[in-house]
Amino acid sequence: MNFIFDNERPIYAQIIEQFEIAIASGQIAPGEKIQSVRELAATLKVNPNTMQKAMQELESEKLIFTERTNGRFATSDKNLIKRYKEKYAKERTLRYIEYMKKLGYSIDELNEYVKKIGGDE
Amino acid sequence: MMELLECKHLYKNFGDKEILKDVTFTLPRGKIIGLLGKNGMGKSTLIKLINDLLTPSDGEILINGVNPSVTSKKVISYLPERTYLDKTMTIDQAFGFFEDFYDDFDRAKAKRLLKDLDLDENSKISKMSKGMQEKLQLILVISRNAELYILDEPLGGVDPATRDYVLDTILANFNEGASVLISTHLISDIERILDEVIFIDKGKIVLTSDTDSLREKEKVSIDEIFRRMFKC
Repeated sequence: MNFIFDNERPIYAQIIEQFEIAIASGQIAPGEKIQSVRELAATLKVNPNTMQKAMQELESEKLIFTERTNGRFATSDKNLIKRYKEKYAKERTLRYIEYMKKLGYSIDELNEYVKKIGGDE
Repeated sequence: MMELLECKHLYKNFGDKEILKDVTFTLPRGKIIGLLGKNGMGKSTLIKLINDLLTPSDGEILINGVNPSVTSKKVISYLPERTYLDKTMTIDQAFGFFEDFYDDFDRAKAKRLLKDLDLDENSKISKMSKGMQEKLQLILVISRNAELYILDEPLGGVDPATRDYVLDTILANFNEGASVLISTHLISDIERILDEVIFIDKGKIVLTSDTDSLREKEKVSIDEIFRRMFKC
């Protein structure tokens, strides 16, 4: 895992966001074991307390669950994973539309543009 | 439980110069706290008072409820700004030196950390580069199972790669449940690992806060807040 943080927003919020995206995208597979808080903190170079706080939030979102003695795991709930995938897809798309509007594109032009650029794939 | 560290209305004068003025704060357990201030604002003086290397002109310091003393030194692991190691010693002898002084020195941990640096225990400290000497000093300090680690400018004068090494080593190795007080003026490198910050300016505490709430409130980095506050 390689997360990039900026120092201008709360770190715990950024950790939560990155985990949500990693789980939604399958970068962290359904049911995959999550490293311990201390290991994660060391890997991501953040404070263990901040990591702990983020993990608790992810648990309350049910994206991560704790199995006694075995540690933490990513959810296998397909609907939940899909919901987060949609959440981020929507968020990023709205952001993109807003940006393109600023550049002067209409929605129709924007659709054409996406088709044109995306068609290369 | 007793507070880990309390400073109450601390004053320190050198002659007629007031270095610290009415410094009051409490350090909680289990946190990494940044003591942030420009050079010459009183950071090192405050740290020396806590470590019983200077005595306050007025006010009180309590570590686990007792004044700085032999008792408090048992629970504080201190990395001074400048190294005090006898350079004619070998690394192995330096380990022995720490073992003699501190009951909580974990030689196995120190050996493990040393291995990552590819250093030979029998090599003389004077034969090591300055950067390596600083790393060794950090290994010695972090290998104690202390309740409070006080690191005075651990990032000063080291290159960016070594800064990463220092931060990684602190994060991965400080005793669980312990607190770490780090003084620095290099904020952007370190702010991500801090739970709390204490801003010190002209000998006074001007701000104490939880880092993430401060970011949330100001919408900028701690480094930026610091720069705006202490613009020259």
